[in-house]
Amino acid sequence: MNGVHDMGGIHGFGPVEPEPNEPVFHAAWEGRVLAMQRAMTYTGAWNIDMSRAAQEMLPAPVYLAASYYQRWALAMEQNLLGKGLVSADELAAGHALTPAKPVKRTLTAADVSPALTRGQYARPATAPARFRLGDRVRARNIHPPTHTRLPRYVRGHGGVVERIQGCHVFPDTVVTGAGENPQWLYTVVFDGRELWGEGSDPSVKVSVEAFEPYLEPA
Amino acid sequence: MQLRVRAMETVLAEKGYIDPAALDLIIEAFETRIGPHNGARVVAKAWADPAFKQCLLDDASKAIAEFGLVSRVGDHLIAVENTPQRHNMIVCTLCSCYPWEVLGLPPVWYKSAPYRSRAVLDPRGVLADFGITLPAETEIRVWDSTAETRFMVVPMRPAGTEGWSEERLAELVTRDSMIGTGLPKRPDGGTS
Repeated sequence: MNGVHDMGGIHGFGPVEPEPNEPVFHAAWEGRVLAMQRAMTYTGAWNIDMSRAAQEMLPAPVYLAASYYQRWALAMEQNLLGKGLVSADELAAGHALTPAKPVKRTLTAADVSPALTRGQYARPATAPARFRLGDRVRARNIHPPTHTRLPRYVRGHGGVVERIQGCHVFPDTVVTGAGENPQWLYTVVFDGRELWGEGSDPSVKVSVEAFEPYLEPA
Repeated sequence: MQLRVRAMETVLAEKGYIDPAALDLIIEAFETRIGPHNGARVVAKAWADPAFKQCLLDDASKAIAEFGLVSRVGDHLIAVENTPQRHNMIVCTLCSCYPWEVLGLPPVWYKSAPYRSRAVLDPRGVLADFGITLPAETEIRVWDSTAETRFMVVPMRPAGTEGWSEERLAELVTRDSMIGTGLPKRPDGGTS
């Protein structure tokens, strides 16, 4: 979806402000949110793509005003409600009011290591790769109203296939319930001037990780 | 937010979806074991050992797993090398993807709108926000982490560190130098 989360190239957000001696968490609840997200993902209730999609569907003003962990918490509430794992009454009461819905598994203190490692997203190829290293390709000018990982700033622009990353779970179909639908994944590099015009810095090159359905021959 | 999060945790725990003791351990891991010191050791080893550097650039997940530095590194970690001709920077414009296993949790600025919006449009301007100016002829290569591949930058080894041990070299490797918004410390203790 063309949401405010798709920030590449937007003007007006001001300078980057590094924080000296930044703590790992700025408040205790941030750590709880991060850990809860990891533990809930482990139950199989939702995956990383659904978590991102839930954040993107927050109302734009909410998304922009929220901190990173606030967004996580708000998106997690939406996923919990959407999957029927908790009710709005329960969140308001701060206590369970109805029996739990079965989940595949729960993370225990005896072994939290699965929650500390990223999931595996590579899948066996179901078809040969359409593009080769060095091929000139164009990012398709598509505007799906649902979750996608093709940023707006590259759509319609031409680039070169620089790396082939194998076949990966396709986020666009995971979130619509159409399954993993593995797709070839490419690193496609664009000249800065192709993206940002003649007056832009000629020394800049930008790459994105693009799934095959995002690309067409140039 | 604190009360709202506590309410959510209580509900999830009472329903048996989560174990609060497991949450404590996850938080502890991110506060103590998983941080940029891991990435710094990887970079220092790459500086000191050309064969390791080649393995790292070929397949960072495999090289780091074999080195045994970090408990476990996820798949598809990609190390990209800075050279006099090319400076690399990592961003995630769509969310905040970041190589947690080697760098820990991302800093607030990495997750912020200013960085996510400008890193791809005006990377030299972003570098200026960090006090970094690079020669006009240096290629600035920005990697937007739009899938489950993750990137880390291998910065250039500072001059004047010949013969240094990996432990000493690791002290020069800053988190920002592995994101590409900074440079390693100088051997005299200053910033490059």
